[in-house]
Formats: sequence, structure tokens, C-alpha cells
Amino acid sequence: MYFVKRLMYAVPLLLIISALAFGLVRMAPGSPFDRERVPASPEIERQLKAKYHLDEPVIKQYGRYLNDLLHGDFGVSTKYRNHTVNDIIEQALPVSMLLGGLAFCFAMAIGLPVGFITAARKGQWPDVIGGLLSLLTVCIPSFVIAPLLILDFSVKWNLLPVGLWGTPARMILPTLALGMFFVGKVARLFREGMISAMQSEYVRAARAKGLGETTLLLKHACRLAILPVVSFAGPMLADLLTGSFIVENIFQIPGIGIFFVNSTSNRDYTMEVGLALLYAILLVLLNLLVDFIYTLLDPRVKYE
Amino acid sequence: MSLFQRARRIDSRARFFVTLLLLVGLVLSSGCSQTEPPADLTIINGVEPESLDPAIITGQADGRVVAGLFEGLTRLNEKTARAEPAMAEKWEISPDGRTYTFHLRTNLLWSTGEPITTADIVYSWIRALDPLTASEYAGQLFYVKNGEAFTTGKIKDPSQVGVHALDPYTLRVELEHPTPFFLDLCAFETLTVVPRQTIQKYGDRWLMADPLPCSGPYRLGYWHLNDKIRLLKNTNYWDAANTQSAIVDMLPVGSPDAALNLYIHGQADIVWDKSLVPTDLIDLLLQRPDFHSFSYLGTYFIRFNVTKKPFDDARVRRAMGLTIDRERIVTKITRAGEQPAYSLVPPGTANYSPLDITNYDPGLARKLMEQAGYKDGNGFPTFEYLFDAPAGGSAKIHEDIAVELQQMWHDNLGIQMNMRQLEWKVYLSAQAQLDYQVMRSSWIGDYNDPNTFLGMFTSTDGNNHTGWKSPSYDALIHDANQEPDARKRAEIFREAEKMLIDEDAPIIPLFYYVGINYFDTNRIQGIYQNVLDMHPLQTIKKIKPPR
Repeated sequence: MYFVKRLMYAVPLLLIISALAFGLVRMAPGSPFDRERVPASPEIERQLKAKYHLDEPVIKQYGRYLNDLLHGDFGVSTKYRNHTVNDIIEQALPVSMLLGGLAFCFAMAIGLPVGFITAARKGQWPDVIGGLLSLLTVCIPSFVIAPLLILDFSVKWNLLPVGLWGTPARMILPTLALGMFFVGKVARLFREGMISAMQSEYVRAARAKGLGETTLLLKHACRLAILPVVSFAGPMLADLLTGSFIVENIFQIPGIGIFFVNSTSNRDYTMEVGLALLYAILLVLLNLLVDFIYTLLDPRVKYE
Repeated sequence: MSLFQRARRIDSRARFFVTLLLLVGLVLSSGCSQTEPPADLTIINGVEPESLDPAIITGQADGRVVAGLFEGLTRLNEKTARAEPAMAEKWEISPDGRTYTFHLRTNLLWSTGEPITTADIVYSWIRALDPLTASEYAGQLFYVKNGEAFTTGKIKDPSQVGVHALDPYTLRVELEHPTPFFLDLCAFETLTVVPRQTIQKYGDRWLMADPLPCSGPYRLGYWHLNDKIRLLKNTNYWDAANTQSAIVDMLPVGSPDAALNLYIHGQADIVWDKSLVPTDLIDLLLQRPDFHSFSYLGTYFIRFNVTKKPFDDARVRRAMGLTIDRERIVTKITRAGEQPAYSLVPPGTANYSPLDITNYDPGLARKLMEQAGYKDGNGFPTFEYLFDAPAGGSAKIHEDIAVELQQMWHDNLGIQMNMRQLEWKVYLSAQAQLDYQVMRSSWIGDYNDPNTFLGMFTSTDGNNHTGWKSPSYDALIHDANQEPDARKRAEIFREAEKMLIDEDAPIIPLFYYVGINYFDTNRIQGIYQNVLDMHPLQTIKKIKPPR
């Protein structure tokens, strides 16, 4: 019941986001049809604006947009005039989702064990090394890691392709470049969670009952320690699934991340608003999912 | 029992996740291994085309693909970039240069097999002019009688536009005035022939039709945004016997580093967009035998807003032009073999011979400033110079040039300039609204004729953007375009350009662009450098390296 209510709340939230995005993109200086070459007659520009209803009052445009949205139609891109926003999302989102999903798995597969070991061996050398490595990955941005990866794995050692998409080999470097930051982030969050869980009263009680250290760590502490990682994972997944401008640009990947940046510099109104909404929807859903997972992991959490 | 062994036993969920990962991997590898034949030629083409609709495209990268898919009455020769017979095998021009009669080949077919006739050409031209199409390049058809009136809605009846099908293979075109470059225009993408039935059936999304009827040497295999455009040989094309490569992949790549990496690693055979040369490496790269730099119909120049003081004074504008050391800009900043420019129309432009002037004279410049009342820059207000931010990883050439100008004007004239960088669309909007004092600008010729450069500074032209209006200049351009005699016409244009550059100077030319492309001449044949940087796809071929 609680989750149904939350979903209901999402509707006005998305409405507000769409209204804000719709208004803000139009307030920015410059318009989709500002070009280096002005058409031979001002009449042409007027016709162009009329074709996309940009000559109507903003409120009327917004009403029209909402109506289309109700029918699942995000409108026609003002930059790619033969494509609807739906077409573009349909083509590009799966690519980004795949890459993001891979990076997510990579971040979890490396980050969780590293976090666990550094917490279990707190203060000893695995902790120092693990801590240093995760700090390093958090500090180096993807626009530094990606060219370095290309330089070593592709240019110097000729092991992996320099770019493009479509074969498993081409997915390795982008996955590393995109996931690296989150590896460190997950490892650090999990370590912190473990350490604070180990100090909590219920763990002390369990220890007093005579449980072994290993069982304690794996069965009792882990379950609570994973919570900060879970709540971080929601927005992180939303981020990863919607692509990365930098990684997609460097590796020449046909994902949606490039559109987030380019639609803004192109003043592609429909694309900008459509992507803002897409991101918002993903964020709302994933946060909801996070809250749901909480109820499974922590028996103390109950939503009314 | 170690910690890790126990971990494995305790948490069976881990096994579930591992299985899931493996499954994902399996799906990935199966999903990706679709077999498609390798391309005979892979070209990195520049940014993703906005459209492949000939009436809608505006960008050069778009044009290079569209030229393969759709053809007009003429096409550009791969060596000279001048018009040669295409759909029309011959034509007659009336003595006054205003009426063209084209004779179509009788073996013209769409890629889907239906015949192409003059009715298709009339439809395509009227469609490009139709206000509902909102074609930004409809102006290319304003040379046709009543073309502009039809676009602006002054006349509603398309049959009044000067293009008529006399029979299925004879087309008569009436022009507003003699237009020596009209045959070149007939090869321009806006005037190419598009499939009427498909467009009427699918509307704005007609390019997604499958199969898509194409009139050019290629047909569309598929178009995946930001991924690849695959072109397949159109076997119904009238000249299909001479199409050299059967499958051509066009990759949209925006980043120069990615383009260079892909090229060096053999993922692409040709890179043909100047913005795809990493500028930091340009000195090094231009020494390689596979990097080719060639002169090009484009000029980089400075615009003044002549409606604002002190730039309303021609003496000030001329003085500023006379103190720019162009040689230094091309050798120190651009470095790709650009030539210093003292005229707007680049050398090599057809139907013209360029002005022979050198505008560098700091002494005269100081005198002019003194006459204008700004001796040693005294009383001259600090002004702002606008330039746009580099897009997608290209170098900060505009900024470097601004820094040089700032120094040159300060040292020679004692005037102070501030620099302001704007995002591309904001920069364009400032230019369009005359919301600037001085700004950087450039122009690439649409066709090979001085009119594509000089026409834009007439009072009413939408691309003037300087506020400069001169009735005598307008009259010269008008006269030139009415003049049927080629030599007299060129002379009138020269007079107009002298006025524009040497006397009133609402703009200062800095250098002529060069084009750069890279491909191995031992492996690629059929690309010839020309001033329009146009390279018809059907003539390009990859040859196997000798073993």
C-alpha cells in the first residue's frame, strides 16, 4: 500500500519536473534554429518555428506536450528532424543500459569483496592497500582513466579495440572506465558500514552469546552493512543506466549519454525535456526499489 | 575452514548472482555476434547527420552521405567539383541565360525499380520550396522564377514556379536572372530528387521506410544514430557500372582523438573532416604522407557591429584591419597550411579572379585612428571581442587568435580589448541580434561562385549580421547578377569586394581555410582534392595492399 502511495506521489513530482524542464530550456539564450547560416528568407525561420509550434504561447506548447506525453509520445527532436525522441531513446538507451549494467556488476563484484576484506582486516595491510586503491579510483575521473586505458591496452599492447561498440571485446575498456569510480565508492561505503555494524549492540550481543567471528561478519554484520551501499546503488544505477557523455564520447559508443550533453548545446528542446523526464522516472523507480530492498534486509524498517 | 570457504557455503545467493552474471554474458555475446558482411570502405564522416532528407540537411557531414543517396540533374565531378551530366544527359541554355531545357536519361530508375521522370524532379523542387517543408536551404531554389514568392506564400500555385515537365524526359527551368552557377546548384543536395510516394505515405519519418527508394549511386542499408550509416550499392543507378565500392560504412565520430585512434588501428580507411585532426598534433601529422591538406572555399574573418560606436567609423575598422599580422596567425596558431586572407572571396573561386591587395600597414592605421580622433588610442573605449567555445574536443583556435588580436591592437593602436567566449547557440543568437561589438566569424562557400560570399553583405541578406547597409554595394551585387557576360560580371563583383574590404571594411578577412583529410594513397583510390572538399562516394575504392 505504501509503495502504491509513493508511486502516486511520483506523478505530481514528474509533472513539476517536466514543467520546470520545459520552461527552463526555453529560457536559455539561443534557440534550436539559430544557425551559422540564416535561411534566405525570414519567412523560412517563421515556418520552421510554426512547424514545431514554437510560435505558440509557452503554456499552450506545454499543454500540447503533456497531451502527447499521455499518449507515450515525447515529440520530434528539433535537431534530428527525422527522428522522434522515442526513436532515439529506443536506439540509444539499450546500449547505455547494457554498458551501465556491466559497469554496475563490475563495481559490485570488485567493490563488495574489497570493502569486506578491508573491514575484516581493519588496520592491517589488506586494509591499507585496499583503502589506498579505493581512494585512488574515487579520485581519478573517467576522462583520465579512459584515455590511459586506451593508451595501454589498445595503443601499446594492442590487446583490446580502441573504440566502437557491438562485440564483447569492445565492451571491456568502457566498462572499466565507467565502473572504476564506483568500485572505490562501493568498497568504501561497505567498509564503513561493516565497521559501524561491528560496533552495534546487536552484534555485541551476538558476540556475547559466543558466535564465531566469521559467522558474525557474514551473517549479522553484512546484512546491515550493505544498507548504505544499497541506498547509494539506486541513484548510482540511474546514473549508470542513462550513460556517460565522457565514456561514450571517448570510446565512440552509440549510447544515450552523449545526448544528455549535446541536446543541451543544440537547444534540442524536446530531447532535453524528454531526457530529463527519463532520468527522473528512473530515479524515482530505483529509489522506490531501494526502499523495498531495505524492508527485506533490515527487519526494523517498516513503512506504514 | 577459512573465511572464504565458509562464505561460499553460507551464502547461496552468491551462486545465484554468479549464474545471473554468466547469463548476462551469454546474452551479450549472442546478441552482439550478428553477422553482417564487412564494408568495402569505412569512412569517418564527422558529426552525426541531423537528417538525411535533402531538403532539410544543412551540415557538410550530412551532405556527404546524402550525395550518395540522392542525385540531381547534375552531379559534381570528383576531380574539379564542377557540374557534369547526371540525371540530365544534356541541356540547352537560352542566349539570355534565363531558360534551361534539360533532357533526362531514359534509363533512370529508383533503387526500388520504378522509373524516375521529370515529374519527380518538379515534385522534389516544389517540395523543397514548400513552406510546410520548412527547408532552411530553400534559398538555393530562389534563383528559379517565383521560387521565393512560393516559399514566402506570395503565390500559392506551384505551377507558377519556373520548373515545368514538358514531357517525362524534358524539363524546362526559368530563372529570375542569369545564374552562371546554376548547373552547379543542380548538383546541390537541396535540388536532388526524392521519392514522392514514400514521402506522402510516411511524412517526416519517410527515411525510415524500408525499402527506401533512392536516386543516387547508393541506397540506405541502415542508419543507427551515433553508430553507423551503412550504404549499399544501388544496382539500378544509371552509372552503377562505375560504382567502385559495394558496401560503404559511414561512421559518425565527433572526437578527433577517437577518429585518429580508429584510423591508426585500421578501423577506418578514410577520415575526411578537418575538425577530426587533433590540433595539438597537427605539425607532426601533416608530415605524414597519408595526411592531405588542400585549399578550400572558406574564409575566417572578423565582423564589426557598425551600429555601435566607435565601430560606426570606417577609419577605425580599416585601421584595425591594417594592424593584423595574418602571417603570424597562420604560422603560429592554425598551422595547417592556411593562407593569410586580404579578401573575402578565396583564390580558386570560379567565375572570378581575386583582388590583389595586401592590407598590412600599421603606419597608415595609426594615421587613420588619429583622423578618427583616437590618437594613440586615447579616448577609445575598451571593447569586447566575442568568440565561440570549441565544440566536442576541437582546439581552442578562436581563443588563441583572440589573444593575438588583443596584443596586436594594443601594441599598434593602443586600444584595449576584452575577450568573451560564448556557447555556440548563444554566440549565434548574439550575432543574429547584433548584440556584440566585434566578433570572430567564418563562411564556407555553398557553391563555387563569388556570389556565395559577396551576396551576404547586401542590406537585406539574413547573413549580413554587421548592420552595414550600402545602397551602392547592393546595386553592384544586383548588377553583377543580371549581367550575362562572365567577364563583366566578375569585374562588377571585384568592384563590390573592393568596397567591402578596402573602403568600408565592416569585416576583416584573416585567413582562407584549408581542408584536411587522411587516408593512405597506396590503399585508397578515387579521392581528389578540390576547393569544395566534395568527394563523390561512388568513385572511391580500396585496393588490396601488395603482398
